[in-house]
Amino acid sequence: MRQRSTSRAFYELISSMRFAISLLTILGIASIIGTVLKQNEPYNNYLNQFGPYWFPFFEELGLYAVYNSAWFLLILAFLVLSTTACIVRQTQPMLKDMRSFREHAKEASLAAFQHHERLHTALPTDNAAQKIQAYLAANGFQSRSGTREDGVLLAAKQGSWTRVGYFLAHSAIVLICIGGLLDGNLPLKMQMALGGKTTTSGNQLISDIKPESRLGLDNWSFRGNVFIPEGKSSNVAILNVKDGILLQDLPFTVSLRKFHLEHYSTGMPKRFASDILITDKASGKSVEKTIEVNKPFEFDGIMMYQASFEDGGSRLHLLGHDLRSGGKGPFQTDATVGEAIKLKQDGLDYTLELGSFRPFNIENMANEEPAAETSKMATLEKHLGSGARSVSKKDLRNVGPSFEYKLRDSAGQAREYQNYMLPIEQDGAWYMLAGMRDTPAAPFRFMRIPMDQDGKPDSWFTIRGMLLDKSRHAEIANRFVTTALGPDAGETVRERLRETTRKTLELFALGGFESLGKFIESTVPAAERDKAADVFVKILEGSTWEAWKLARSATGQPPLELDQKLGRLLRDSLNATSDSLHYGAPLYFQLASFEEVRATVLQVTRSPGKPVVYFGSLLLVLGVFAMLYIRERRLFVLIKHNGDALVALSANRKSMDVEETFQRHRKAIAALLDPATAPPAQS
Amino acid sequence: MDIAHSGTPSSPLRRVGLGDGLFALALVCAAGFALSQYGAFMDIYDKAILAAVVPSLAAIGWAWKPFRGFLVAAAALALLSITLYGGDLARAEQAFFLKYLISSQTAIMWMSALFFIATGAYWIGLIARSDFAEKTGSALTWSAVTMGTTGLLVRWYESYLIGTDVGHIPISNLYEVFVLFSLITGLLYLYYEGHYATRRMGAFVLLVISAAVAFLLWYTFSREAQEIQPLIPALQSYWMKVHVPANFIGYGAFALAAMIGVADLLVRKGILASRLPPAEVLDDVMYKAIAIGFAFFTIATILGALWAAEAWGTYWQWDPKETWAFIVWLNYAAWLHIRLTKGLRGPMLAWWAVIGLVVTAFAFVGVNMFLSGLHSYGSL
Repeated sequence: MRQRSTSRAFYELISSMRFAISLLTILGIASIIGTVLKQNEPYNNYLNQFGPYWFPFFEELGLYAVYNSAWFLLILAFLVLSTTACIVRQTQPMLKDMRSFREHAKEASLAAFQHHERLHTALPTDNAAQKIQAYLAANGFQSRSGTREDGVLLAAKQGSWTRVGYFLAHSAIVLICIGGLLDGNLPLKMQMALGGKTTTSGNQLISDIKPESRLGLDNWSFRGNVFIPEGKSSNVAILNVKDGILLQDLPFTVSLRKFHLEHYSTGMPKRFASDILITDKASGKSVEKTIEVNKPFEFDGIMMYQASFEDGGSRLHLLGHDLRSGGKGPFQTDATVGEAIKLKQDGLDYTLELGSFRPFNIENMANEEPAAETSKMATLEKHLGSGARSVSKKDLRNVGPSFEYKLRDSAGQAREYQNYMLPIEQDGAWYMLAGMRDTPAAPFRFMRIPMDQDGKPDSWFTIRGMLLDKSRHAEIANRFVTTALGPDAGETVRERLRETTRKTLELFALGGFESLGKFIESTVPAAERDKAADVFVKILEGSTWEAWKLARSATGQPPLELDQKLGRLLRDSLNATSDSLHYGAPLYFQLASFEEVRATVLQVTRSPGKPVVYFGSLLLVLGVFAMLYIRERRLFVLIKHNGDALVALSANRKSMDVEETFQRHRKAIAALLDPATAPPAQS
Repeated sequence: MDIAHSGTPSSPLRRVGLGDGLFALALVCAAGFALSQYGAFMDIYDKAILAAVVPSLAAIGWAWKPFRGFLVAAAALALLSITLYGGDLARAEQAFFLKYLISSQTAIMWMSALFFIATGAYWIGLIARSDFAEKTGSALTWSAVTMGTTGLLVRWYESYLIGTDVGHIPISNLYEVFVLFSLITGLLYLYYEGHYATRRMGAFVLLVISAAVAFLLWYTFSREAQEIQPLIPALQSYWMKVHVPANFIGYGAFALAAMIGVADLLVRKGILASRLPPAEVLDDVMYKAIAIGFAFFTIATILGALWAAEAWGTYWQWDPKETWAFIVWLNYAAWLHIRLTKGLRGPMLAWWAVIGLVVTAFAFVGVNMFLSGLHSYGSL
């Protein structure tokens, strides 16, 4: 008996409104957690974020996948339980209530209604009842009459369907939760727990993955990604589970014919599409199809979506420049994106890890003009007109392909590089941009290699080679002194300038402007440093010019006339040479040509819960509208033989229009019951 | 739907007059014109949506007569603007009417100004008990929604002038939906103003619209957000045309309910009580707004799920935007349970509606600002 009352109390509790509201609130708050903390990230990110102390603690709490955690599912389970209990508890009385007209209601209870009024009738009861029944029917009421000793009670109702709305909306919640559960990762968790499946690390060949990490064709609920390079095919999907992966065998093979990647002129992506060929393993039948974002395709009960794209192993033909003093001329090498090659030659020992390739880059090349003082009116006027106009000046240009790579030395240390294939115009001159960074978090610092009068970077390599080659310094200094001082200067002056020039070149070859700067700081008094720096720069520029002339005549090229353009080229060459001494590697790679290969990533899912969820959603909409917008009204008209009458109205909800409705019906009914005293009928 | 005036017996269809017939006819013609003119840019779903819009707008116009005039005016202005453009974007700078009145940006600026002035007028009306000021506020609000709707319609056209591959319905980013939000909140307010025959709530509701407009202006002048952007692949779908408006009926209604909640709380404290409608009326408006907001928010969330299934491959993945939509939904579900089942009334519900706006605002803007996810189409 006691047991029974306990379970009864439990049932009362979970089917109670208070419990339901509490659950909604708890669910809301719990949901917030997963929006604040990024979900399903690689575990390393969390480890970095929380440190080794908190990381396992939060993992235990399931914070990295809140919506799949046991406690969250438990809250949902309670919601389902509570809603179900609520439905069970309400259904019977509700159905009873829907069916009943309450045609035997007591006069006293009708008189207790908030909306009621006593009327008078001049007609015989039967006649009056007929008229009222006709009125009720015309106004959309279903009615039933209850004859009693002192007269007749007409009990009418409308809008009972609102009760069905309750039933629909609440069963919808249960359906949606169940459907969602089927599509969540609970089925996967169960297979892992009961079927002995374990995750494996992602860094291995698919053929090496053991059967315990493979899921068979009979798996009825999964979500995974298929990676296919152009011209290749795949028949497995990869499921990311916690910090590992599982393989899902597919009943078909997908081949990627071509991946389409289109962009707007602003560089924004416009279209991702995969031309695929699907071949069913069992029947051998194949289908050609193009899958796009927003245009998925279903095959064998498996939905395929365009999820993302990657480089599928583009081939880059590179020209390597040895930046060491006295290094040999450029050498050719081929590399594939995503792969590493060893560079072991002429005493070099590096690994080139080609990370990524971008076939184009859209950049805003507009110079940021200093904003002129504009009046408020002018600012407003700028923002009038069409929405197509850009207020800020933009000059979007495709600056061509770029690629990123890492150079790892024999000690395992690596730096990242980003180079552009084509020269880029900056401040009126053209440069090859070569970016470098020491850590992935840092921005790339760019070395600007100037393009010579022939539009090539070759002159820079020549000049650089001369400037950094110590064996040429004496000769360069000699020539500079001759040019600078003319034939008449005395030998002492010549010797001093020659010495200074040699020293300058030596310092510059050591560490560029940085070494020179340090030298000036340590030897020249603060007041004269600017002047000294000026002198050094002049010497360097002059020497560079001499070095270049020397190199040109050595290779039999015609002499050049020094003009403004060449002057700038000299200064740029000096800057780039100085920067190249901090480039971190003795190698610079130029992209000569490429063959781009793209790969598509398709998401494949089998989600058995989807129809259930969709059906539940439909019920939810119908239910919500029925509950909120079908108004239940019960109208009672009691007509007594003695000429007394009573009209009463009840509604399932209190709202302002109930009174309005009551007044409308009351007036109409009063007029019907007592035509003589009624105001003239409205037209 | 509860859009029929009470006070007359029988179905709303009986009250359909000649004007309603003409209105419906005009809608059919407009849809036909749109199909013949722009049908090439629509797929079958777009066409179905266009077809469904006709009876929906007709029903709203029949149940709420002033809506007809508004829609006709906005459509006429938009058509005039399109005619003046004549397929050349540069005309926006040359034609006087375009530059200073009905090009999209100018129209939206007018909308902003009109909403601000309307707010002032409503407040003067409330404080000075001036009927005239309130009527002015009403007229200004009608003008504001007309200009705003014109602005969006013209913006739609302008986007196609940039390029047929760029063209899209202007409800695709934070800037555009802020205009939409102001419009829908304004229209919902005007409906209740007519339905309850009181202009006293305008002062409060227009405050939230003004706040949205202030944000819009900041977004325009300091972030240049008004520039039409093409659509990324995930957004290129007919689903946008139904998901976004449904969502903003929800947001607009919740915002309106919160402002009515503020008025309700003041009245209950005796502040402005003699000027504002009685708490009973405010309570009723608050309920009606939350009910319609909840119904449409439910539809919007479901439509969003259906779209997500197509675009992202799963109907629900607890993306921050999805999760916050869920939280908003839970919040108002609880509100409705308390009121409808428990029959609770009074300050607690008003407070709840006000706090509801904070939750809604976070779901609307906060998620884009503070959280990252798939659904970040407008950043600040």
